[in-house]
Amino acid sequence: MKIAVCVSHVPDTATRIKIGTDRKSIDNTGVTFVINPYDEFAIEEALKTKEKLGGDSSTISITVGDDSAKETIRKVLALGIDEAVLLKTDKNPDSLSVAKALAEEIKSLGSEIVFFGKQSVDYDSGIIGQLTAELLGFNCISVVVDLNIEGNKVIAEREIEGGREVVESELPIVITAQKGLNQPRYATLKGIMAAKKKNITEKQIQINDISVEIAEMNLPPSKQPGRIVGTDVTAVPELVRLLREEAKVI
Amino acid sequence: MKEKILAVLEQREGQIKKVSYEVLSLANRLSRQLACESEAIIIGDEISNILELNNYSSDKIIHFKNSRLNYYSSSAYSKIISDFVNEDQFSIVIFPNTAMGIDLAPRVAVKTNSAIATDCIKVELNEGNLFFTKPVYAGKSLINFRINSERKVFTIRPNIFKAEKSDAGKASIEVKEVSELDLRTKVTSYKKSEGKLDVSEADIIVSGGRGMKGPENFHLIEELAEALGAAVGASRAVVDAGWRPHREQVGQTGKTVSPTLYVACGISGAIQHLAGMSSSKYIVAINKDKDAPIFNVADYGIAGDVFEILPALTQEIKKLKS
Repeated sequence: MKIAVCVSHVPDTATRIKIGTDRKSIDNTGVTFVINPYDEFAIEEALKTKEKLGGDSSTISITVGDDSAKETIRKVLALGIDEAVLLKTDKNPDSLSVAKALAEEIKSLGSEIVFFGKQSVDYDSGIIGQLTAELLGFNCISVVVDLNIEGNKVIAEREIEGGREVVESELPIVITAQKGLNQPRYATLKGIMAAKKKNITEKQIQINDISVEIAEMNLPPSKQPGRIVGTDVTAVPELVRLLREEAKVI
Repeated sequence: MKEKILAVLEQREGQIKKVSYEVLSLANRLSRQLACESEAIIIGDEISNILELNNYSSDKIIHFKNSRLNYYSSSAYSKIISDFVNEDQFSIVIFPNTAMGIDLAPRVAVKTNSAIATDCIKVELNEGNLFFTKPVYAGKSLINFRINSERKVFTIRPNIFKAEKSDAGKASIEVKEVSELDLRTKVTSYKKSEGKLDVSEADIIVSGGRGMKGPENFHLIEELAEALGAAVGASRAVVDAGWRPHREQVGQTGKTVSPTLYVACGISGAIQHLAGMSSSKYIVAINKDKDAPIFNVADYGIAGDVFEILPALTQEIKKLKS
């Protein structure tokens, strides 16, 4: 079986965002793109699952993007993923159209275990895994921090407010990974060399209907720097007074 | 399609969650603005404080009930909501942007053939069209958008929309027993974490960073949090160092929070951290380095030693509360 992992190519989290000239997206000039941080946990889990299943199982990564994503895909392959698919579009698709493209590809691959990061740190929607699962008719467990797949049975723990839920389900399944699921490995020199010879299949996709239409992108209103109340313990009573009388928050 | 709004409410362990009132209030506001009907749905077993909903709405509220719905099941819950949306022709479906809401909303969107957006912080009617605002890049920028489908599903960020009490009269709460359940994916147990409050739900957060020098000093953070009734948060540096659990992490690869008060202790303010907390209403920073970026977003700051200031602050708060 092919174990699939969907990877997105996003600006490094240290990026300072500048709005592009279209006023609808960011200015990519000088921005470093990386593997989406949550996808690192998804990739690691796909590799671990392959090691556990053994036999003729293999791993494949799927990315929706343009040619610039190839550099990120090589890094995915360097971590040990066997092959990759790049679904090419120059448009800026919304979550639903990305999910539709991914679902179609996963269907043709016949994968029954699919990993995602729990959210992509660009648009921060956190729904592509669930949408893809639903489009495929797969089960889905999101925001997973512990996973155990035995035969057809899946037992996972997902992070929720103030605790964890233990969830039972079965294959075919989509899992979205949260930080803490595992400890992602680093690429080895051997892995990096091997990645150069691995196959990236490129397919052009048609994005027809973008239902979430961005009207405008703006920077958040900037905050006025506040007041330094003091430099030692003598400032504490004044701080408490301000919080109580001026801010009225305590 | 005629406009008709559905508010999806959430309970945990038989208690309605606070964000449910926020969802309900937004549904009320939009139904006034669009001059259309609105209803609400809640799924669960016994819900002890269900009558509390009367204070926020005079609409019809349907409680889908079964003892096995006490715990969340994505397959069962999404089927119940989707069937209801399809049968009763709702055009707008609002979920809270919680662990449950964000898991459920996309499935309902697909099952009801609608487009979806999550984590909205603003919903406004402009010349007959709904415009939404959502933070992207962890809040480093905001997008304003429309949803171009007849039916719209969206989730709203907790703690942003006001829960407004209504005196329009009582809601009519109707209980529907559900017999057939799709339990292919189901929660079998719930493990509460040790911390008392979760950062994503707290009104006040006290966070510690690398300036705390080691995990053994976090009792200072916990004590202040305890005095304030606050949740404990942490920066990525201290989570990666293993001093604190990931669930406490605030920032771009942790949780994005907007509490009323955020107290940053020994946190310098890396861009990823600022992205996750700068929408807090009031920010207090305590840091030795007066040039630390955290002071650029703080309303009040003490540029001094956290080890001296934290115990004094805790004492002062305790004095105030006693």
